[in-house]
Amino acid sequence: MHALDFDYMLGLVPILLSYLPLTLEMAAAGMACALVLACLLAVIRVTRIAGLNAFALLFISFFRGTPLLVQLFLFYYGLPQVLTFLVTINGVTATILGLTLHFSAYMAESIRAAIVGIDRSQTEAALSIGMTRAQLMRRIVLPQATRVATPTLMNYFIDMIKSTSLAFTLGVTELMGATQKEAASSFLYFEAFLVVAVIYWIVVEALSWVQKWLEKRLNRAYQR
Amino acid sequence: MIELKGIRKQFGDHVVFDEIDLTLERGEIIVIVGPSGTGKSTLLRCINFLETPDAGHLTVGDLSFDTTHATREQILALRRRTAFVFQNYALFANKTALQNVAEGMIVVDGLPKAKAYARAREILERIGLADKADAYPASLSGGQQQRVGIGRAMASNADVILFDEPTSSLDPQWVEEVLGLMKQLAAEHQTMIVVTHEMQFAREVADRVVFMDQGRIIEQAPPAALFSQPKDERTQQFLRKILAANVV
Repeated sequence: MHALDFDYMLGLVPILLSYLPLTLEMAAAGMACALVLACLLAVIRVTRIAGLNAFALLFISFFRGTPLLVQLFLFYYGLPQVLTFLVTINGVTATILGLTLHFSAYMAESIRAAIVGIDRSQTEAALSIGMTRAQLMRRIVLPQATRVATPTLMNYFIDMIKSTSLAFTLGVTELMGATQKEAASSFLYFEAFLVVAVIYWIVVEALSWVQKWLEKRLNRAYQR
Repeated sequence: MIELKGIRKQFGDHVVFDEIDLTLERGEIIVIVGPSGTGKSTLLRCINFLETPDAGHLTVGDLSFDTTHATREQILALRRRTAFVFQNYALFANKTALQNVAEGMIVVDGLPKAKAYARAREILERIGLADKADAYPASLSGGQQQRVGIGRAMASNADVILFDEPTSSLDPQWVEEVLGLMKQLAAEHQTMIVVTHEMQFAREVADRVVFMDQGRIIEQAPPAALFSQPKDERTQQFLRKILAANVV
């Protein structure tokens, strides 16, 4: 047993932080794409568009039913063997693709639940004054569904940030990959992984504060 | 003028009503009464297509069409000519009282926002809620919410306002303020069809009371006539029961 090498740890912080932007970029890109896809899937599920609904169900079932790591390997190592034009896919793109598909499946279900949960009489009220279905969705249902779904979606975002660490298995040097390399050269595994753990932790904590603020803002209309 | 001709509605095998005819003139106030489950609310909902009638012909103002072949445009046009007041208020929870009233004017009528809000403020003034303009529904009492619901209906400038048991889910202390507002509208000759159990309101305000039972219009007459000399035995029975309950 040896004492913690604090100097090493302090020195490591700026090195690892320089890889944080890539981690956050992958998470942000994944979240943005996943939100769009999830909304699409949720609307398909709610409106039960024939044919598309069956596809949405299959999609959700597969991407919720298999591990993210398996999906990432499938996209990065497997798919290019079948679809040869994908040979040029890089690790970052494959990660964003994997995160998007995987998390959109989960998010679609919580968005769907939020939409379905909006009290039906408001739908009738909107129709009764002559709104179209699209206006009703945009002005009444989605704003309220957003509020209901936000806490869950923020949780998925947090989960997604941490899941970007899997990108290192695709050879991407992001936060986790960089730590792995540093640790392998210094042999100070405990110090290195402790530092990276704290970095992830602080990022997630910061996001939790944003989440609390956001929820408070979104709840303003519903306080008695 | 509003005319319903041969309106039928069924849910599965259950025929709620068939061959319903009802006509009202501009400025007329009709109150529909009758036992629960006789299709009063369903009839009201058919008039602005919250329920799709299975047969019949509808006329509201210059709009007239066969309900079995209604197009999307006809349904939207119908809804712009009719306004609905719901039993449970059904206010938009994400919008303030002012926005609830203005929403239709902005989205459906395409009024500029400033103009819509100015008109909405006038309406809030008339319904006595000017000071609640920026309050969200969750912070309003039941009576206030229903008055906003009526304000929203007023804002649509509809040919007719349909009231579906507007006071039934209110705590007793709020009933009077809502009925008061409805009387105010009646005094301004707003055309309306009201489904309610408030017999006193029917007596005071209605031009004509329509008695419905088991999916049929049994009889209709001015309130004085219907309440003092009901012709049909079912009407007599119903009035005996409900008036006995109301006297106490």
